[in-house]
Amino acid sequence: MSAYKEIAWNGVWKQNTILAQLLGLCPLLAVSTNFVNAMSLGLATIAVMMLANFAISALRALIPYEIRIPVFILIIAALVTVVDLAFNAFLHDMYLVLGIFIPLIVTNCIVLARVEAFAAKNGLRASTFDGLMMGVGFVWVIALLGAVRELIGQGTLFSGIEMIFPTLSGIQVLPADYPGFLIAMLPPGAFFVLGLLIAGRNWLEARANERMRQQRARGQGAAATSAPA
Amino acid sequence: MNEPVDALDAIDAMAPRESGALRISMRTAAILLAFTVVFTALMAGAYVVTAPLVAASAQKEKLNLIGEVLPSALYDNTLLDDWIEVPPVKELGMSDAARLYRARKNGEAVALIIEAAAPDGYSGHIGLLLAVKASGELLAVRVTEHRETPGLGDYINPKKDKNKAQPWITQFNGLGLAAVTPERWRVKKDGGRFDQRAGATISARAVTNASGRALAWTVAHRDKLLDLPPNSRFEETRP
Repeated sequence: MSAYKEIAWNGVWKQNTILAQLLGLCPLLAVSTNFVNAMSLGLATIAVMMLANFAISALRALIPYEIRIPVFILIIAALVTVVDLAFNAFLHDMYLVLGIFIPLIVTNCIVLARVEAFAAKNGLRASTFDGLMMGVGFVWVIALLGAVRELIGQGTLFSGIEMIFPTLSGIQVLPADYPGFLIAMLPPGAFFVLGLLIAGRNWLEARANERMRQQRARGQGAAATSAPA
Repeated sequence: MNEPVDALDAIDAMAPRESGALRISMRTAAILLAFTVVFTALMAGAYVVTAPLVAASAQKEKLNLIGEVLPSALYDNTLLDDWIEVPPVKELGMSDAARLYRARKNGEAVALIIEAAAPDGYSGHIGLLLAVKASGELLAVRVTEHRETPGLGDYINPKKDKNKAQPWITQFNGLGLAAVTPERWRVKKDGGRFDQRAGATISARAVTNASGRALAWTVAHRDKLLDLPPNSRFEETRP
């Protein structure tokens, strides 16, 4: 069970696709203009990552090492196409919101990276779980990025949610006459907020490391003083 | 048999290993081919299964969009079956032939639904859908696609307009060229009668000018457009 715990910890924090590996920034920056779009793309990415990891883990014995990359890309592209068509046919209202983002997932190198680094070497259950957890790590960062940009840029939160749940509506957080801060909505704003998020993660990691080192030093110090006695 | 080894012998000596490598290459190629065939079949299968559903929802979507410019209570014919194909004329700004739909009630012509495009938006084309009454007034306009700056120029789409009570695009409703002459069918900044929002005149100007041009074209060809048999092609005859 601790192996699964480690997969989860890696996906959500330690090897977080965005904050630690800085992978898949293209769809991340393009879509995170508001919370609902960001969340929608994130959920579609989770679905594709789980499917791709599952399929490639299942087929890994059949794929020759030399041509693994073309085969992985083929499988990922086929899965994304099928997911895209299925969304369009069976969940059309959702597709109107997500439609333009789903093909973008193919360009997301996180999917290929996880397939190559994990699913090609591990069992079905662990691979699917890894896809889920890496996806969760992607979702919470992109959703936070979307929420911050939306709040600063428009002064709202969850705008556009009525396209997914018609009974709900967005919240005007800042006063209604808030003029908006356009740069947060434009690509530079995405870089600013992402930079702050990465800096925040590095700060937390540095603090944790520092504390660990102090603990170790204290432990050694205690050992040193007790040794002569 | 121990003759000196020359170049040809050297090549022969490599032969068995080379055929082994060849066999491996062929096997790898066959595996790649098999994967390609299987996954292409998967995609083709998914396409065949979903195509009718996708087409049905695309049609429903089109009717929903038309419903925004023309309330469904105003007509009783099956709108999508009464179309005229219009070639890409300059006044409409379309780059391809488009379908124009004719709304009728009890056999009487009510309105024409026509697509147009503004080529001069702040970032590229702005697609428009207009409903023009048979009497020549513009019933309503909607923006079908645009890439104007979010939060600045995108108020041309009423869903993004902060003024929910009276979105910008509704100021064209019910106006005809009899009430507003083509010279006055401009934004106020250009000496016309339509408002624009500060800081984003270009988007408003593009939509205003394009809808005026499209309205004038439709009114000028109204009789011919209404008289053509259903599902035929409109040919412009210029003097």
